[in-house]
Amino acid sequence: MKYVDDFRDQSLARRLARALAAEAEQGREYRLMEFCGGHTHAIFRYGVQDLMPANVRFVHGPGCPVCVLPTARIDQAIALTESHGVTLCTYADLMRVPGGDRRSLLKAKAQGADVRMVYSTQDALALARANPGRRVVFFAIGFETTTPPTAVALRQARAEELANFSVFCNHVLTPPALRTILASDAPDAVSIDGILGPSHVSTVIGSRPYEFVPRDFAKPVVIAGFEPLDVMQSALMLVRQLNERRCEVENQYTRAVTPEGNRKAQALMDETFALRESFEWRGLGRLPCSALRIADTYSKLDAERRFPVGLGESRQVKGCECPSILRGVKRPTDCKLFGTACTPENPMGSCMVSSEGACAAYWTYGRFRALQATEPGRAA
Amino acid sequence: MGRSERRFPLRLDVQRGAVDMTHGSGGRAMAQLVDELFKRHLDNDLLRQGNDQALFLPPPGRLVISTDGHVISPVFFPGGDIGCLSVHGTINDVAMAGARPLYLAAGFILEEGLPLADLARVVESMARAANAAGVPVVTGDTKVVERGKADGVFVTTTGVGVVPDGVTISGDLARPGDRILVSGSMGDHGVAVMSKRENLGFETEIESDTAALHGLVAAMVEAVPGIHCLRDPTRGGLATTLNELAQQSGVGMEIRESAIPVHPEVVAACELLGLDPLYVANEGKLVAICAPEDAEPLLRAMHSHPLGIGAAIIGEATEDPHQFVQMETGFGGQRIVDWLAGEQLPRIC
Repeated sequence: MKYVDDFRDQSLARRLARALAAEAEQGREYRLMEFCGGHTHAIFRYGVQDLMPANVRFVHGPGCPVCVLPTARIDQAIALTESHGVTLCTYADLMRVPGGDRRSLLKAKAQGADVRMVYSTQDALALARANPGRRVVFFAIGFETTTPPTAVALRQARAEELANFSVFCNHVLTPPALRTILASDAPDAVSIDGILGPSHVSTVIGSRPYEFVPRDFAKPVVIAGFEPLDVMQSALMLVRQLNERRCEVENQYTRAVTPEGNRKAQALMDETFALRESFEWRGLGRLPCSALRIADTYSKLDAERRFPVGLGESRQVKGCECPSILRGVKRPTDCKLFGTACTPENPMGSCMVSSEGACAAYWTYGRFRALQATEPGRAA
Repeated sequence: MGRSERRFPLRLDVQRGAVDMTHGSGGRAMAQLVDELFKRHLDNDLLRQGNDQALFLPPPGRLVISTDGHVISPVFFPGGDIGCLSVHGTINDVAMAGARPLYLAAGFILEEGLPLADLARVVESMARAANAAGVPVVTGDTKVVERGKADGVFVTTTGVGVVPDGVTISGDLARPGDRILVSGSMGDHGVAVMSKRENLGFETEIESDTAALHGLVAAMVEAVPGIHCLRDPTRGGLATTLNELAQQSGVGMEIRESAIPVHPEVVAACELLGLDPLYVANEGKLVAICAPEDAEPLLRAMHSHPLGIGAAIIGEATEDPHQFVQMETGFGGQRIVDWLAGEQLPRIC
């Protein structure tokens, strides 16, 4: 398929692999954090690490919207359907994420809650139009990539005076999360040499918002596309920066990302959303100015104001290492629950739910590696 | 025939009528629906016996029986509908034992309010499919449930068939070293159905591959009577079927992504929807596993049948205590092809 196969070409991949092998210096380790779950997924789905030198290692970051949503917000969404009888529209992944008491929206649905799976904000709007007697709430999650579509839906709903539609807003921002990980002085903080920057997020916010990374933390950033060749080329660009002791924001994903990003989308977001003082992230805790709420001028469309539901405490299943995995401190295989109590069919933590989650990617595509590495003569 | 002798003075209004609760009551309305719709289209000697069961003398050989419920949404989709699908689906399940399918039974659950025109279209399609396959529907049942308790029409079909002597095909017979073949492109049915879902609605040229595979199976069995496994990769797609067979046989599998036939349109639709074609349903394809020396003759036999033109050898069974299905990706890396987790697309067949 044109424009897709081009970025998955095996001979180009081998050429990049040779360059990486030649340029990665022996006796030195390169720990590159891919911020986005989209990168994590591509790395595992295409088997990118099989083409990488052993001393260039990917560290998985927190850029998976479903993964970083705290359990308290899932509980809140369930309460919205059960206490206020709303019709909750959500993306499929989110339905399987366990809340504080391990109930998920999928389980709530089976017990009678009106939860609908949608593919876009437009599906939720259509449902509201078709059912004026129902109160339809769209469960909005995601980084800056999915925020503009929610903004468009808010604008449309206001223009159409769609009184039965509202949005449960959980949109979060990328730069504060990145800053938190880099600034961590915890004893177990992950050591990272460079960052593979977000691709889709950056199409919206541009490459400028990452300039604090080289400036404040002396780490190089390469904005990387989501195709496997993008990931390899970006890794090579990071290796080169590190070898040459350069430290800057470079853009590998030039076919979609500009320094200033999508101004129109940014203006739309400014109009419809306001910054929250703080927001809880699974794994990272409460981060100041790291998430969006619906702007006061759109308050009628804000489900949190229309259907007040208390925000409880977030609870983590005992033994679940999602928080450490989201910070890159641990690998999925370090978790005792991985593959025993926690599998994609019966997830205990969010990282096992989304296809962008590190645990799901490890389990679904890569678990043979850990097993075969321990069996003599069967090394992959 | 005089006026007074007509069993039903007014003909069923198939153009404008709709199913109501009386059509499932066991009374005259039901008898009329059965006569003027089901029997009329599905007509054959055994159905004409008019009993609650069909009586026949089984031919010599081992009998197989299989049943399959069909709840697909939408009922009509590019390349087929629930009618022909319910015939093909069960014929294929019977044929995957290497059997010659003989007869079908059909159970209908109709939702009150279903337009009779839609029902007629479904039954006509079943009749066409059954005639073309030479496997008649010889007995059946109809129930009606209140509006909202079903979705239009659900069809359950049961098939019986007979396995020729000397043929033993089973999911537990794959051995390390065996070759794995598919009969053609993967994912067509799922993508065709998805393209008509109201909340997806994308344009595609792809049609469902729904087809009865017993002719292809007969040609394959004739060429290689010692085929080890046959299975049709329906729900959950190729990935799920390979995992089932690997587990049942206690082997691993190693497949090559570049060898698996997938239409570019299917790849494109899956790319758009974030799906993997290996998990998308098929309704007219099969997976075959055979000894390495049988692979080439089997492939030739498949290629010489219209439903196997796109057949390919995609990999082999391996010795692996973990029973992993692994794949060399088109990119040159290695990964697992796992069981489907969660629900990729409800009501695909």
